[in-house]
Amino acid sequence: MGRLTVTNVSRTFKKEDGAPIGALDDVTLEIKDKEFVCFIGPSGCGKTTLLRIIAGLDTPTSGEILLDGTKISVPDAKRGMVFQEYSLFPWRTVIDNIAFGLLMQGTKKKKAIKIAEKYLEFVGLEQFKNSFPYELSGGMRQRVAIARALATEPQVLLMDEPFGALDAQTRNTLQHELLEIWGKKNVTILFVTHSMDEAVFLADRIVVMSARPGKIKEIIDVDLPRPRDRTAPESNALRNHVLKLLAEERER
Amino acid sequence: MNIKNKEALRNRGLEAISLLTVIAMWQLIADLLVKNKLFLPSFVDVVLSFLNVIKNGALYTDISVSLLHFLIGMILAFIIGLPIGIIMGWFKGANHIFDPIIEILRPIPPLAWIPFAIIWFGLTHQSAGFVVFIGAVFPIIINTYTGFKSVSVVYVEAAKVLGCMRNKNLIRYVALPSALPSIAAGVRIAMGVGWMCLVAAEMFGVSNNGLGYKIWWHYHLHQMDFVLVYMLLLGFLGLVIDRVFRHYVDDRLLKWREGVVM
Repeated sequence: MGRLTVTNVSRTFKKEDGAPIGALDDVTLEIKDKEFVCFIGPSGCGKTTLLRIIAGLDTPTSGEILLDGTKISVPDAKRGMVFQEYSLFPWRTVIDNIAFGLLMQGTKKKKAIKIAEKYLEFVGLEQFKNSFPYELSGGMRQRVAIARALATEPQVLLMDEPFGALDAQTRNTLQHELLEIWGKKNVTILFVTHSMDEAVFLADRIVVMSARPGKIKEIIDVDLPRPRDRTAPESNALRNHVLKLLAEERER
Repeated sequence: MNIKNKEALRNRGLEAISLLTVIAMWQLIADLLVKNKLFLPSFVDVVLSFLNVIKNGALYTDISVSLLHFLIGMILAFIIGLPIGIIMGWFKGANHIFDPIIEILRPIPPLAWIPFAIIWFGLTHQSAGFVVFIGAVFPIIINTYTGFKSVSVVYVEAAKVLGCMRNKNLIRYVALPSALPSIAAGVRIAMGVGWMCLVAAEMFGVSNNGLGYKIWWHYHLHQMDFVLVYMLLLGFLGLVIDRVFRHYVDDRLLKWREGVVM
């Protein structure tokens, strides 16, 4: 199961002069098991902060987050994360990167490699098994990062603008692949993006956030049938709606 | 033969010609201009002395004794320097505990420790090793510290999210491999400094054998051809040690780095 309950979560940071700045303000949200939710909003709206808190990499100033009823406080392998930056360990080969989480859980090396091979196949990079990350393109690196995050069978996959650094073509391909993986693995996916195109293509629900301090401005249900057509009139209408919401935020 | 091979061959040829020219000039200057073995032994003199040193077996003793001193110092510097650098770089606050001590001790030239080395350890191998240690330990500490300080946060967080939580594991699986290029550079610098300290320590009579000791000894006998033999040997051995280390590190430990500039 991967049901997340976010209750009254706020996060303030202290500036150097001690003055507090709010990053998140009273965010409450319920995410169903196996749901695909995209977070979108102007930069500095706290969407990354929210994701980091859910990962356990940051602690909320107030409020709490429950995963299937259990409070989240520290990172653990139940919540996998894919970062915006290239986060593969450059000193480990592709297969060793994917096996890392399993090895940390105490899985025997042989078994870990076997499972890792399965996930490598999953993202279609078998022939790069023994390559080092520097030998891969950006898209391939993020594929491996997804495989690495999935290898420990997390209930929730947190993705912080994972395709932000990729070119448009690669981005589209990876979006397709991600949906395929999501269909097969049935994990809950929380996906931060600032591309409405991406959000409309991927999400069951889009959470639009307002500028600092980050609040939920609107939650949009995307009930378009999958596979989705990027240029269908319904998609365009939805994109326009999100665009308008974001424009309001920029003027604020 | 392709163009690359041809070019390589030409470069080797140029290098050989350059070396041979210097040797020829050296021989001519020594024979025709200086004409004094004390001021400038000729190339032939040096070669003959070298053969002599090989024949009477002194060379092997001296090399092995010097390498022993060097190893004692380097190994000690590594076992002590690495953990200190790691602790300083990884744990917040530890920096403030070690830093003042290091900053006071570090500027003292290693050779200034020789009197204490003799008082503490006598005229022993440990004594020479200690001086090498003093020279080598600081570059290792500082480069390990710098390497650990510049471990990218995203690697640490990625590891945490994958269930690698304890400091011990984070250091072992993330920080140490990430800092390895910097640590390796530190060890190379340390070996250079250590090699210099070795010669000085042996010259000051910290030991009764070794390449540095022999330079001083032959100087007292005014056998400058032998002095030159040992000088060249020191240079050559230092070069070999550095090359072997670099090849080992680059081929085995750092092959994950792209575009390493040799």
